Amino acid sequence: MIISVASGKGGTGKTTIATNLAVAIVQTGKDVAYLDCDVEEPNGHIFLKPEIKEQFDATVLVPRVDLGKCTLCGDCSATCEYHAIAVLGKTVEVFPSLCHGCGGCYDICPENAVEEIPRTIGRISRGVGMGVEFAEGRLNVGEALSPPVTKALRKIATGSDVTIIDAPPGTSCPVIEAINNTDFVILVTEPTPFGQNDLELAVGMVRKIDLRYAVVINRSDIGDSRTEKYCRREGIDILMEIPYDRQVAEAYSRGEMLSTIDSRYGKDLYELYQNIANRVNHDGTGRSQR
Amino acid sequence: MELVVVSGKGGTGKTSLVGSLAALAKDKVLVDCDVDAADLHLILHNNVQKTTEFTGGKRAFIIDEDCTNCGICAEYCRFDAIKYDEYTENAAGVRYWIDEYACDGCGVCTRHCPEQAIDFREVISGEWYLSDTPHGPLVHARLGIAQANSGKLVSLLRQQAKLLADKNGLSLILIDGPPGIGCPVIASITGAGYVLIVTEPSMSAMHDMERLLELTVHFGIPMGICINKSDINSAMTSRIEEYAKKHEVKILGRIPFDPAVTQAQLAGTTVVEHQTNGVSKSIELLWSNLNEEFKARVNSSLTREMKR
Repeated sequence: MIISVASGKGGTGKTTIATNLAVAIVQTGKDVAYLDCDVEEPNGHIFLKPEIKEQFDATVLVPRVDLGKCTLCGDCSATCEYHAIAVLGKTVEVFPSLCHGCGGCYDICPENAVEEIPRTIGRISRGVGMGVEFAEGRLNVGEALSPPVTKALRKIATGSDVTIIDAPPGTSCPVIEAINNTDFVILVTEPTPFGQNDLELAVGMVRKIDLRYAVVINRSDIGDSRTEKYCRREGIDILMEIPYDRQVAEAYSRGEMLSTIDSRYGKDLYELYQNIANRVNHDGTGRSQR
Repeated sequence: MELVVVSGKGGTGKTSLVGSLAALAKDKVLVDCDVDAADLHLILHNNVQKTTEFTGGKRAFIIDEDCTNCGICAEYCRFDAIKYDEYTENAAGVRYWIDEYACDGCGVCTRHCPEQAIDFREVISGEWYLSDTPHGPLVHARLGIAQANSGKLVSLLRQQAKLLADKNGLSLILIDGPPGIGCPVIASITGAGYVLIVTEPSMSAMHDMERLLELTVHFGIPMGICINKSDINSAMTSRIEEYAKKHEVKILGRIPFDPAVTQAQLAGTTVVEHQTNGVSKSIELLWSNLNEEFKARVNSSLTREMKR
């Protein structure tokens, strides 16, 4: 079973929920994997403190043109939707940072003058932390394109009973890459105007891609009842509410797990897992059955 | 001057801070570049004056009547966007379809289709708005749910803000940036005048700040740091200060944790308008430090001009 943890708004507690949930499940004897798909700013390693055992590059295939074969016909640049290759005078210029690796130029070249070479844009690390099988993707600083790193990370076969995916904030393509084809999405929010606005966007997203989901309200007492009212109106289940606790904020700031404060959090999170597992097992998964 | 407020990590307080700076600054255009979760308008009492559709790229669409379900398109798609289901109503026994969320808009499938059965066209992937607020014009947007091309939309917003600033003689463009360090962040800070990084004294926020700082150096943009909730972990605050010193970046503000920040948001207003003392004083100090930075920048570029 794959559970993803997402939110429209940043800083609502995705990583706190995802890492502590993973540890709560692993403590009951199950094999659990945690994938940090927030590849622009991965933070899960701070909490799970994994020992890294394996690393490999995440790459995009970019063109290299053999000017000996090239006739400067310009078919490659005409076909490229990303403006990543251009015939300039007597040469062909490639702009690797714009290339999405679609292979269009390679396919179209009538002279077979284009070869494709892998360009590293990020790194995948694997290891074990607190008994959890850990993997993260990390986009290289200066690179714009995060989805290929997430894709490489999600291709890892973990073989675990449960996989927890820590998604990036937002509602656009990097989030979709992280949560697509997962069995259940936990949307973490807080009961404030910003939290509510971004929750509505996130709900729109999971509904559009047809995934099963429910809400966890973090710092449930810092705002008002708008989130509860919204969820009731929309028929969305709230699976857990976590009141603000300064000790949690402080433990988080030091990179510590919730179990260092109170064992209650682990129990509550395991109950959250059981609740989700029951829903997935009884009602089928939320994966699109198109 | 184009000032961009970014953080790396989400939820460090960018939008609350930009709202307050909007109330303190004169003669400015406001921009919300967090296009897939825009919140700035929620505290600025905005009135949308103009809504414009945003077409950010193309997508492929199979024309079912013309498709023979040969599957050639799927062989060429590098984004695993062309999928099929079993289907008993046709000779092929399968029916191909395009996953619109996986389609990257490269057009490769269109060219390989022997039946010309794939349409490749521009799609509307969001809309952008020009709003009036009591603190000046606001340029903002809403990227369609699950859409790509946030970078293009961000560039469009910055371009529109510049036109507006030039037309109305406004000297400051104040930008609320997105979280992360990828495409929309790069589009938000490239060529900007000044970057303000808002961080928090936590291991996560500092880790994310370090990556963002590296990115900002990479693009050669002058920057300063504001430590929000600076009193929740004084040891971490000191570590951030040491890191900033080592990298010759100034700490321009330290804002203590104060429930008034959330209270202001709940009241639908900015912190400095909601409360005149306490936390607002530290935001005012940050604003005055930022102005010193801008002046220093202008003076040093004047000196450079005169030397020529």
